[in-house]
Parts: sequence; C-alpha cells; structure tokens
Amino acid sequence: MNLWLIPIFPLLGFLLNGLIGKRLAKPVISIIAVGSVAASFAFVLFTLSQLMPFSAAYTEHYYTWFQSGFLNVGVDFTVDRLTAIMLLVVTGVGLLIHTYALGYMDHEGGFYRFFSYLNLFMFFMLVLVLSSNLLVLFVGWEGVGLCSYLLVGFYFTEKFASDAANKAFIVNRIGDFGFMLGMLLLVIHFHTLDFGKLALAAAHAPVESAIGALTAITLLLFVGATGKSAQIPLYVWLPDAMAGPTPVSALIHAATMVTAGVYMIARMAFLYDHTPIAMHVVAVIGLLTAVFAATIGITQYDIKKVFAYSTVSQLGYMFLGVGLGAYSAGVFHLMTHAFFKALLFLGAGSVIHGLEGEQDLRHMGGLRKYMPITCYTLAAASLAISGFPFTSGFFSKDAILSAAFEKEPWMFWVGAITAGVTAFYVFRAFFMAFFGRYRGHHHPHESPLVMTGPLMVLAVLSLGGGFLSVPKWLAPTFPLSESENMTPMIISVIFGLCGIALAWLMYVNKPSLAESAKTAAGPLYTLVYNKYYIDEIYSAIIVKPLELFSKFVLWKGVDDTVIDKGAVNGLGHLVRGWGNLFRLFQSGSIRNYATWVLAGSLLIIFVLGLVGGAQ
Amino acid sequence: MHGVPISWYLALSVVLFGLGVAGFVYRKSVITVFMSIELMLNAVNLSFIAFSYQLQRIDGHIYTFFVMVVAAAEAAVGLAIILTIFKNRGTLQIDEVDSLKN
Repeated sequence: MNLWLIPIFPLLGFLLNGLIGKRLAKPVISIIAVGSVAASFAFVLFTLSQLMPFSAAYTEHYYTWFQSGFLNVGVDFTVDRLTAIMLLVVTGVGLLIHTYALGYMDHEGGFYRFFSYLNLFMFFMLVLVLSSNLLVLFVGWEGVGLCSYLLVGFYFTEKFASDAANKAFIVNRIGDFGFMLGMLLLVIHFHTLDFGKLALAAAHAPVESAIGALTAITLLLFVGATGKSAQIPLYVWLPDAMAGPTPVSALIHAATMVTAGVYMIARMAFLYDHTPIAMHVVAVIGLLTAVFAATIGITQYDIKKVFAYSTVSQLGYMFLGVGLGAYSAGVFHLMTHAFFKALLFLGAGSVIHGLEGEQDLRHMGGLRKYMPITCYTLAAASLAISGFPFTSGFFSKDAILSAAFEKEPWMFWVGAITAGVTAFYVFRAFFMAFFGRYRGHHHPHESPLVMTGPLMVLAVLSLGGGFLSVPKWLAPTFPLSESENMTPMIISVIFGLCGIALAWLMYVNKPSLAESAKTAAGPLYTLVYNKYYIDEIYSAIIVKPLELFSKFVLWKGVDDTVIDKGAVNGLGHLVRGWGNLFRLFQSGSIRNYATWVLAGSLLIIFVLGLVGGAQ
Repeated sequence: MHGVPISWYLALSVVLFGLGVAGFVYRKSVITVFMSIELMLNAVNLSFIAFSYQLQRIDGHIYTFFVMVVAAAEAAVGLAIILTIFKNRGTLQIDEVDSLKN
C-alpha cells in the first residue's frame, strides 16, 4: 500500500525548495510547495478508498529503528479510523492553507524559505499522525515543534518574532519533558511503545482508582499535551506565536499542530480509560482553559490575538471532551475546529492583507463593503464557532456538552456559559471589523482569488462539516453514547445566540455601550485586558529567579569562578609559573649552558657509578 | 704486555679532557673555546686508541677516524661561524654573543 508515500511528498518539496529554492522562480516554488501537498492529499484519498471499510487497523512495517533488550522500536505506519480523520484534516486543510499562502506571501521576502518550512511541517505532522508507536509519534511531535519555531520566527529581524519563537520552543520543552518521562514509564511498565501492543497489555490492567503507575503515565503524557496544545499552565506561548505569518497561525497554531495533544490522548484512550483520576484532571484543565482563555478573548484588540485565545479556549473544549471519555466528540470538535478556526485565521489574514498589515480591530470597521467575500466567509466561521444550529461547531460542541451534561453537570454549565462568551467575543471581533464606519487610514481591498478560494471552500466545510458525523465514523473504536436528551443542546444554543445578540447590541446597535461596560467593569477589565497578568506572574516567579540563579550562581559562580578563573586561567598560570622557573636556565650564555652539560654529565657518571657499585 | 701500561694513557686522556673542559667553560675567547673542543675530542681519541691496543680490536681505530673526520669538518664550519660572528659583531668575546636570551 506504501503509506510512506503520504509524508514523502512534502519532504521532497521541503528538500527541493529548501536547497535550491533561492534560485527557482516563484511559480516553480509555488508548484513544488502546493503540488507536494496536493499529491499527499490525493494519495490520502486513494489510500483511504482502498482501505474502506476499515474493519481493522492497517499497519506497515518499514524497518526496525532500534532494538535494545526488550524494547523494540520500529518505524511503522498505521491507518485506522482515527488516523483517517487526521490525515484528511491535515492534508485537506493543509492544501487549502498552502494555496492561500501563495497569495498571502506573494509580496513577502523569503518566499521559498516559508514554503520549505511549511512543507517540512506537513511532513512531520503526517509522521505524527501515521506513526504506530509513541516514539515515532514523538519524532513528529518534536518536528512540528521545530517547524513552529522556525515559522513563528519567520520575520526573524523583528525582536518580538524571535522572542515569540523562543518562547514557543522553550515552553514546549517543559511539556515534552513530561511526555518523555511518560514514555519512559511506559517502557518500564509495558516493555513496548507500540500502540497495538500497549492496547492489548492495558486491556488486562485493572482500573486505577488511586494514583498509581498508569495515572502517573497518563498525567505525564498530558503534561506533554498541555505544552503542545496550549493548555493551562503552558498555554502562554500560543498567543505570542501569532507573530508568525497568518497562514502559519491558521495551519499550525489552529488547525493541526496544536490539536496533536488531543489526538495523542484519543490515541492512548485505552490507557486513559483505566485512570479516572487522570481523566478528571484532563477534563478540569480543559474546562478551566476554555473559560479562562475565552474571557481574555473578550478584551483583546488585535484580531489575531482574539482568535489565538479562541483557539486556546476551543482546545480546552476538546480536552474537556476527551477527559470526559467522549473521545469521538473531542476528535469531532478537533475536525470542525480545524475548518472554522483555519477559516477565521485565513479571513483575518485576508483582512490584514487588505489593510496592508493592520491588525488592530479599532482601526477596522465597515469592511463589509470593501471585502464582501472575506466578510461572508468569516461570518460562516463565526457562526460555526458560536455553535449556531446546524453549522459544524454546533454538532461537535453539542457532542462534548452532552457528554458533560450526563457525567458532570457543573462542567456542562461552565461549558455552556463559555459557549456564550465564545459567541460574544468572536462576533465582537467580526462586528468591529466589518460593521460600522471604517476607522483606518489604508485603502481596503478584497484579496485575490487564490486567497478567497480557500476561504470559500472552508466556509462550506464550516457550515456543512458537522454532517460528516465523526462520532458515528469512530463508533467501532469509541462506542457511541446514545443520548437523546435535547436539553443541553437547547441550553448551549441559547447561550450562543445570547452571546451573538449581546455582541450585536454592544458593537453595532449601540457602540457606546461597549465603552460604558468597559468603565463599569473597571479593574476587572484591566485585569482581563492584561491577560490576568499571567505572563508577568510567570516572569516573576519562574523566569526572573531562573535568570538571577543563572546570573549569580551559574555565570558568576560556576562559569566565571570555577571554569574561567579556576580551570582555564588556573591551568595557564600553572604553566606560566613553571615556565618562569625554567626560564632561569636560558641565560643565553654558552659557558652557562656548557656548565649545565658538564654538571649533567658528571651527575650521570656519578649515578651510573653508584648503580654499578651496588651490583 | 710490555711498555707503558694503559692506565698512564688513560690518565693522560683524563688530564687532556679536563683541560679541554676547563678551557671550554672558563675561557672567554671563542677561538680558545674552539681549541678546547678539539682538545677534548683528541683526549677521547687517545683513550679509544689505548683501549683498542689493549683489547687488540680494530673498533677503536675506526671510531677514532670518524672522530677525526668529524673534527675536521667541524673545524671548517666552526671557523666559518667564528669569522662571521667577528664580521657581524666585531668581537670574539663569548659572553657578548648572547642574543638567544629573551
């Protein structure tokens, strides 16, 4: 079947564009970049059609990566129903975003560099999704992290962009440390990292009601997920990651990479099912993140920041879903989120493109007249994320909230309120950008077809994607919970509609209301506007002490004193001291030397005489 | 064996060698130092020949010829060096030729 062909096309695209892209003409670069992803997408479609009806997981073994004692790690790819969804999302949305990026990046420098990184990202993401063991998954996991770093820091001449790239990378290191510890514990307990074998081994394990090895493993893996998927407490990198070009935000920081944590948990569901404590932690963290990020989203003025916090919040929803055991609901939301959030970002990118780089919502307004296609497609995405009936977000959010309603009613209520908040801030951004009077200084213009085309496709998917019922498709792996209860759906829809109505009232009907609400909230508004000062708190309790420790202990103490003064200079002084002693012999006077030779000869004769005499 | 005993030859050799060393170390003129070297070489030659005669072996003679050849070559080179030093520095005082220092 040759599953390896799926990731190999983007890898070739990366190599071609990365190595000789500088000398290629723009159309050639475009064809290589988009063509490789299109080839992958086509091959995914072909493979999936061949593998229908997916009665069992299909695995291909390529070679043994390493064998050490009982641990045998192979480079194997597996396609099952879960992988199929991820493959379609990654290559499908990836293809649309690549196409869009052709238009968006047209006037930017480093065109070939951008697309080679983007192709490399596709390669690693596909490896992550296809892998049939945790270690190869981790290779992809780290690879997408690398590409995220490269692309966030794409405008590396700007200090804030390279800072944001560093932040993303370093915060992810913390999560990945947990992930690796989790993998090591898995190796110790199960002697394998292969998903199939792990599932078999875990099936016999008892459900852990207290904290034990399985709980530790799943929690550590979840630490990795909080880093990659931007959950509390490691979410701080994602909003800053918006320093990258907008297609990157759409592809990596909304649609695909950040959902890797959700995918990983769904993939390891057999383990999470045995650890109710870890599941509860996942659900609570997801819910907290959803609320927390949504409230920050209300106050932001940078259009990309609004959507970034929205992404954090929606990822929280997905973790709420998988944490409640509704894995298929989580993955469903992952897919619909990929559609509408990619669309939101691409639409924002289109606005930014049309306004020559303006990102501040306060300098937009009334853009409906100037860029109608962007406006209507963004409206579709906004409706979908708000859970408007029969859009894609409606179905997936409903799946998650229904699960919450059955298992943990308080989580449902918090989730439903968050849905209302989500609808409010998304429509706040939408109304501020497209309604009212134009408040900017540039001359807005609609984006070219190469950009609006993907917008329209994604709009169709955002509106209709909910009818691709993921829970039904995944039913063989994750059994459907038959709930016919309409209450949670009705409640969450009401909350969503209220959010939209409130946004309409405050930002279209009576814009003065927004200002008076802001002053009424007073210090609370300042707190939320400054993102609860989380960055400052982290800086004060983690970064600054670490810097001080580095400066005074590691730099001044260890490096300056021990290494520089002690080892390096000390060695130098030692050699110089001995040298000074030996210099005394080098008088330059031949008679002096001759005397030493004489003395030496006499000494040797004397010693030989002694030795000879002893014999 | 009749005639002069070997110890006399060796004693003479030691005396000559000691004179050579003393001259080498204590004299200041390069020419004298040079001559002292020749004296040491010939002192060694003398002991070689003495042993060669005593042991009735030819090796000592061969070494002596080698030493003489080397001494001749050395004399040629050494005198050339001395001439050059005198030409460049206008002196043959060995203490004044100490530019190797520092």
